[in-house]
Amino acid sequence: MISLTSPVRTRASGWPAGLKLSLLCIATAVLFIRQDIAFHVVVFAVTAAVYVLPGARFARAGARALWRLWPFVVLVAVWHLVIGAGGQGAVIVLRMLTAVGLANLVTMTTSLSQMIATVMWLVAPLAKIGLNTRALALGIALVVRFTPALADKGTALTQAWAARSPRRSSWRIILPFAVLAIDDAEHVAEALRARGGTNP
Amino acid sequence: MERNLTLIALFAALIAALGLIPQLTLAFGVPITAQSLGVMLCGTVLGAKRGALAVLLFVLLVAVGLPLLAGGRGGLGVFVSPTAGFVIGFPFAAFITGLIVENWRNGPLAMVAGVASVIGGIVVLYAFGISGLAWALQKPVAEAALLVTAFIPGDLIKAVLAGLITAALARARPASVLSRA
Repeated sequence: MISLTSPVRTRASGWPAGLKLSLLCIATAVLFIRQDIAFHVVVFAVTAAVYVLPGARFARAGARALWRLWPFVVLVAVWHLVIGAGGQGAVIVLRMLTAVGLANLVTMTTSLSQMIATVMWLVAPLAKIGLNTRALALGIALVVRFTPALADKGTALTQAWAARSPRRSSWRIILPFAVLAIDDAEHVAEALRARGGTNP
Repeated sequence: MERNLTLIALFAALIAALGLIPQLTLAFGVPITAQSLGVMLCGTVLGAKRGALAVLLFVLLVAVGLPLLAGGRGGLGVFVSPTAGFVIGFPFAAFITGLIVENWRNGPLAMVAGVASVIGGIVVLYAFGISGLAWALQKPVAEAALLVTAFIPGDLIKAVLAGLITAALARARPASVLSRA
């Protein structure tokens, strides 16, 4: 399955995921504490520069991810211009773009395996209070494996419907889709049990 | 244990796969995706605890960078965007939906699951979503609520579908509807 990690290697790609996540938490907290526009303009400009440094391909991918926020940017800008609070609107827009931009930066520079390793490290202490961390790891692997498999089955069901009816399938395939998912789950559970189950 | 785990993982994958179904557009131009229907189904089929765990697993995989949300969205940016409240509210929505189906046993399953989906998948989910919007956009809750009212008719349709699909699943695969096991 394709993750949102950028194929472009950056200097931050080699940093430990835990460090990047900690820095992101601190940066996001500071962004929400500070209210002055000059600070937000500078931080936004620095974030934009960080996106540009690894090259045009990386910057384009970052801009594409941020582009999804345009309805909110337009809404906040128009609203605050109408009520005559343009400065406050600019702070909200810049903070939103910078916070999402920084978070996306961590996602783009951290591989899926590094992220999952960090999650497993974070949940490791919970094993002492009874959480089966092996089941969590197995659950993650199962979802990663089954999402494309289910998507393929959904496509096959849609095509089967289209071959029989001129109307769009849409929600009508959801029931057979769910039945297929449940049948798959039962088969996989049996296979897992046959191979020793979730206990090490 | 293995059966619970695979059902939880498969329903997490089902939410992701439902995000790939092309969106419908309501008569007045509002797009709806099938993804929150997946969240409702997690509660109505798997019950409170397992349903919430399935959705939590889905949200965790979105956080670690898989593009599983409708439109190929994912990553940590989702959790600081204005719609973060909806994603954070997903597991709570599934939990409340499942809790209602587990405890309200003296009614037709389609109706019970439909009502539970309205309460969990709309009331609870929108409480989180609207709070998140109000916080990110620094707007009063009432104004943030106005921004999302257009999506409620679509979600009501999904709640009705969740009820009908759960009842049909209970007939097709009764042992797998864990909320009524």
